[in-house]
Amino acid sequence: MPDNRLLEVENVSKTFRVQGKKLRAVENVSFTLEAGKTLGLVGESGSGKSTLGRLVLRLLDADQGRIVFGGKDLAKLKKNDLRALRREMQIIFQDPSASLNPRMTVGSAIEDAMAIQRIGTKESRRRRVSELLERVGLPDEVRHAYPHELSGGQLQRVGIARALSLDPKLIVCDEPVSALDVSIQVQVIQLLRDLQQEFNLTYIFISHNLAVVEYLSDEIAVLYLGEVVEQAPADELFASPKHPYTRVLLQSILKVPDRPEKRQKLVPIQGEIPSPLDPPGGCAFHPRCPFATDKCRAVKPERKRVSERHLAACHLAE
Amino acid sequence: MSEPLLAIDNLHVRFSRSEDEVYAVNGVSFAIGENETLGIVGESGSGKSVTLMSSIGLLRENGKITAGTAKFRGRDLLRLRPKQLEDIRGRDIGVIFQDPMTSLNPVMRIGDQIMEAMLTHHYAGRKEAFERTLQLLNEMGIPDPKSRFRNYPHEFSGGMRQRIMIAIALACEPQLLIADEPTTALDVTVQMQILALLQELRDRRGMSVVMVTHDFGVATNFCDRIIVMYGGRIMEAARTDRFLRATAHPYSLGLKRSIIEVGHKGKPIVPIPGAARTLTGEPVGCPFAERCSFATERCSAEAPALRAFAEDHEVACHHAEEVVSLAR
Amino acid sequence: MASTVAATQGSVAVRKKNRNRPFVQGWRRFSRNRLAVAGLAWVALFFIAGIIGPWVAPYDYRFGDFLAINQGPSWHHIFGTDNVGHDMFSQILFSIRSALVVAVGATLVSFVIGIVLGLWAGLTGGIADAVIMRGVDFMMTLPGFLFALILVVLLGRGYWSLILAIGIPGWAGYARLIRSLVLGMRNGEMVEAATALGASRAHIARRYMLPNVIGSMAVSLAFGIPGDLAQIAGLSIFGMGLQPPIPSFGNMLAQAGDNILGFPWLLYFPAGIFAITLLSFLFVADGLQEAFHPKGGR
Repeated sequence: MPDNRLLEVENVSKTFRVQGKKLRAVENVSFTLEAGKTLGLVGESGSGKSTLGRLVLRLLDADQGRIVFGGKDLAKLKKNDLRALRREMQIIFQDPSASLNPRMTVGSAIEDAMAIQRIGTKESRRRRVSELLERVGLPDEVRHAYPHELSGGQLQRVGIARALSLDPKLIVCDEPVSALDVSIQVQVIQLLRDLQQEFNLTYIFISHNLAVVEYLSDEIAVLYLGEVVEQAPADELFASPKHPYTRVLLQSILKVPDRPEKRQKLVPIQGEIPSPLDPPGGCAFHPRCPFATDKCRAVKPERKRVSERHLAACHLAE
Repeated sequence: MSEPLLAIDNLHVRFSRSEDEVYAVNGVSFAIGENETLGIVGESGSGKSVTLMSSIGLLRENGKITAGTAKFRGRDLLRLRPKQLEDIRGRDIGVIFQDPMTSLNPVMRIGDQIMEAMLTHHYAGRKEAFERTLQLLNEMGIPDPKSRFRNYPHEFSGGMRQRIMIAIALACEPQLLIADEPTTALDVTVQMQILALLQELRDRRGMSVVMVTHDFGVATNFCDRIIVMYGGRIMEAARTDRFLRATAHPYSLGLKRSIIEVGHKGKPIVPIPGAARTLTGEPVGCPFAERCSFATERCSAEAPALRAFAEDHEVACHHAEEVVSLAR
Repeated sequence: MASTVAATQGSVAVRKKNRNRPFVQGWRRFSRNRLAVAGLAWVALFFIAGIIGPWVAPYDYRFGDFLAINQGPSWHHIFGTDNVGHDMFSQILFSIRSALVVAVGATLVSFVIGIVLGLWAGLTGGIADAVIMRGVDFMMTLPGFLFALILVVLLGRGYWSLILAIGIPGWAGYARLIRSLVLGMRNGEMVEAATALGASRAHIARRYMLPNVIGSMAVSLAFGIPGDLAQIAGLSIFGMGLQPPIPSFGNMLAQAGDNILGFPWLLYFPAGIFAITLLSFLFVADGLQEAFHPKGGR
């Protein structure tokens, strides 16, 4: 069987030093991603999902572990090779206005992306910008606009166009719709989905919004304090979550009820997310877990294989 | 309804920008009575926050109220002198905002901030205020109140800070709590905690709550009544259960249909085409007409009035009946 | 696909292809401030006077007319004469040049030193940053004027000495500014995005960082010039500035001070012109501030 694994992440960890203290951002994360698929990374503050996204692109250097993209170990690449490889792995940010240069027109920003990677000529780049803008659903005049003249939804489409201009294989989407209005969110999500099908893109989709992640993802990894606590194909995760944290997350989603009788009870979880500066010993979730045992407090659980593609890091999972 | 707690009538608010004016609120009227929870739902630019904030006198500098009244127990808040308004706000009306980090004083201990709310409104003497503060911190679920009294805002997490803000808002036992996107900036599990807390407080104290949110899930699960706003106008106003049974406005329906929810994988979701525009002139016709699939010529010419559609259910749409029958 | 394309709307005001847009917008914001525009006019006049002054002056500043000492304003001498018979108008014209040369020169010296140190601190971090920042703190606590005075004693009183004496102590403000600008951008998403595209550090510095700091730097320079103008005038008043026979505002003010009762024009004209000039630079700087960093919306 042909191995179409695009990305392999093995035991990756990252710790930051903040004013002398250690901040554990990502701890021993592993996963593989096949070409054309979408991996969803879900978590709340301190989960490390954004950091993980940046580690995959080597915008940050991992302290431990290996990241292999398209067969190449990212850590071993020389500067120039890394820069060339960047063409194949791109990122879309949560706040598109922050990631665009306020002094550059949007069209120049997209052209610059191609210029940096030495794609085409000035003329061909200009034409490509028109193609891309049309593809993401923006009128051509937008190319002369500065970021502050566009709305959030339009800016996000620009960000997508810029990423696409390099013809990448992988795109990390870091909370791409969280800052947008609901009605615009759907438009952008659909655009991302259509583009994936058209160009056979691979996505890592980072979000705290479980419903949106489920919509786009083939597989989902749930992160808590830098660790993957559960990982499974999207439908399996929602149908039978095995980790207590995953269950709590699912319970916290407030759906619009179909009928008044189905209004949800507000069931809060106890406690607060611990600070990544001082994570609990044993299982990171034990202080808030209703099922915690002594073992949970003392011993960090391993990733148990619950079914073929379903892993859960919990002593009590079966 | 007996005398409403807060009654807003025909409110119009405009903002001056360097080159033009933004018509943020264009004729909004609603009321909230005792022991009611009202949710005002809309996207950015709908005017939902501006409506609420301006009615209690918290309008940005470049904004002006060009018409309307906002009566709290019969007294028009917009016509009061600043001192009188400050008395009411804080004592009879509590306010919580979206971002606790910018609403709390970073250089003042949180305990003192809560006490200050009581002292400036002459609600209690120092000693009693101190005791009450500890009680409040306890009620808000902040562990170890005695020692945490002396902490500063930056020493707390986002969820904790929001609880502190709620404590300040409720310090003088107001009858009405106004919440502007109180959980938007919070993690989803924290949001659940804060909403559960608010629900508990509301039930225990018999408060009325007006909550502005863009999250339909939050509004429909937490509030008794819902108002949907767009383009500075109310599109639909109804008791929540009526709203859930029969959504009568194309915008509300469109919003409901465009929310991605768990279990929708693979199903087509219908986005509302286009995007909201900022109104820079006197609005003509229905602000939603340009994006509405039910729109006819009449809609762009004549703004639909908010009319009674069914019991406890008002809609501002010429084609509400069509919408409801289609939804079925 | 159709849904995506149809959903393109939104309020993009269709505008003509105008490459100068930011400049036009900036000018509009600047010109809304009338004082700034008036100031700009005066500053322009000032510079012109500085350049062509000596050729246009009715009298040579070096020589006084002994037959016309201490005369009040008249047709021959529109600003009057001093106790040696110098024509005040010509003196002032030349003073403009001397003041400009020293003030602009000193500001540039401070600017260059500040940029270099500030960039070093901001981009390198670590020890260099710590040391430079302590240096900034130190310089900011000392009165720059005192520093300048000391340097004048050491360096002498020619043009270059004065430029260095005022310029060298003035680096701290610029260093701090550019350091904070660089720090603000270094870890920002814009730089991150550019890095993700594969941009080299040079490319990022040139096309992304630089355009975003020019505004603040220009404003800072604009505020720096009047500050240095005041310093050179101050030095001259104490007799530590340009030596006579080179005319300077400070000298004129010092001399006038002795004679104010009898010959008030010796004070009013130099002081007035100097004050207007200083204010004009400040108004222009204020206008630039508004042009680059608009306060209330766009």
